[in-house]
Amino acid sequence: MSCSRMEKKIMGYVDGRLKEGERLDMEKHLSTCAVCQLRVNEFRAVHVLLDELPMIEPSAAFDVRMQARVAAEPAKQSWWAWFAPSPRVAFAASMLVLAMVWLGSRPADPSLSAVDIDKINQNLPVLENYDVISDFAPLSELPPPVQNDDASDTNQNQQM
Amino acid sequence: MLDVKAGDEQSFTLLLHRYRAPLINFLYRMVRNREQAEDLAQEVFLRVYRAREDYVPSAKFTTWLFRIATNLALNSVRDNRYQRMEISLDAPVTADAEDGDEKTLDVAEKHPNIEQHLIEETRRKMIRRAIEKLPEKQRAAVLLHKYQELDYGEISKILECSESALKSLLFRAYETLRVELAPFVAQQPRQ
Repeated sequence: MSCSRMEKKIMGYVDGRLKEGERLDMEKHLSTCAVCQLRVNEFRAVHVLLDELPMIEPSAAFDVRMQARVAAEPAKQSWWAWFAPSPRVAFAASMLVLAMVWLGSRPADPSLSAVDIDKINQNLPVLENYDVISDFAPLSELPPPVQNDDASDTNQNQQM
Repeated sequence: MLDVKAGDEQSFTLLLHRYRAPLINFLYRMVRNREQAEDLAQEVFLRVYRAREDYVPSAKFTTWLFRIATNLALNSVRDNRYQRMEISLDAPVTADAEDGDEKTLDVAEKHPNIEQHLIEETRRKMIRRAIEKLPEKQRAAVLLHKYQELDYGEISKILECSESALKSLLFRAYETLRVELAPFVAQQPRQ
């Protein structure tokens, strides 16, 4: 093993994470290379020196602040919750559906018989033709519409 | 974490208690500011909490946790938002946990030899400064390897690099550290 190949394996050797075969190769190289042996020794020394740094403890306020921040988080809704309507919307929607069903089930006009409806349907093209209606002679012979005031006077006279 | 995903709030509290100290220490050594480290740790836990329902145990929880923490720390350092001002070696001691006056006095009382204590304190400062001077990614690699004792596979996932690249990062970091800490390295007993 050359010194350049040591680069990738030296930390594994120092922290004891090399596989058995790799470790034996490394030791074989170290037995013949003073430079790499020195490097291994110094890396080990650095590794030990790093242990001297003390750990810091979380401040007393850390947990309190953390709990407050978690409590302030909005409750997360699932994707399906989007489809679940609010009670008000559900009530309004169901009322609308009921109203539509009720209106749809009513007969068009209970005073008309089926024969009358057939006649209306037959005459519908004529009734919808404005030219025919505007020139319709019998309509011109009808008396003018009676005014409401006159009608009330007439009623009063009749009562007297 | 699967219990947290199932809505067990108590499990989240347990996770918090188990990982807050290692996380805060990691972030403290990354951003070099205690308050900022705690803020970032809170952000990490909040992200974990928010993502609890989408959590898929495809990797170890620690990998996921430290990946979030590392990304936040690297962004923070790179943005230079939370970097504290450089303090010269002969500046008065700060209220930092490792440099604090109170702690110095406490320890000094326990040490019969104050001179010895000062030597140890200076030594710790030098070690901390040597770590702080490492490039961010090398620093993260050293901290995750040394203090969290994560395996190479986990660290490479956290740092989003190959295992081979990680080994190079660690090699370069230790090369720098052995030069920076040469006076202390020479004093260490040979193993």
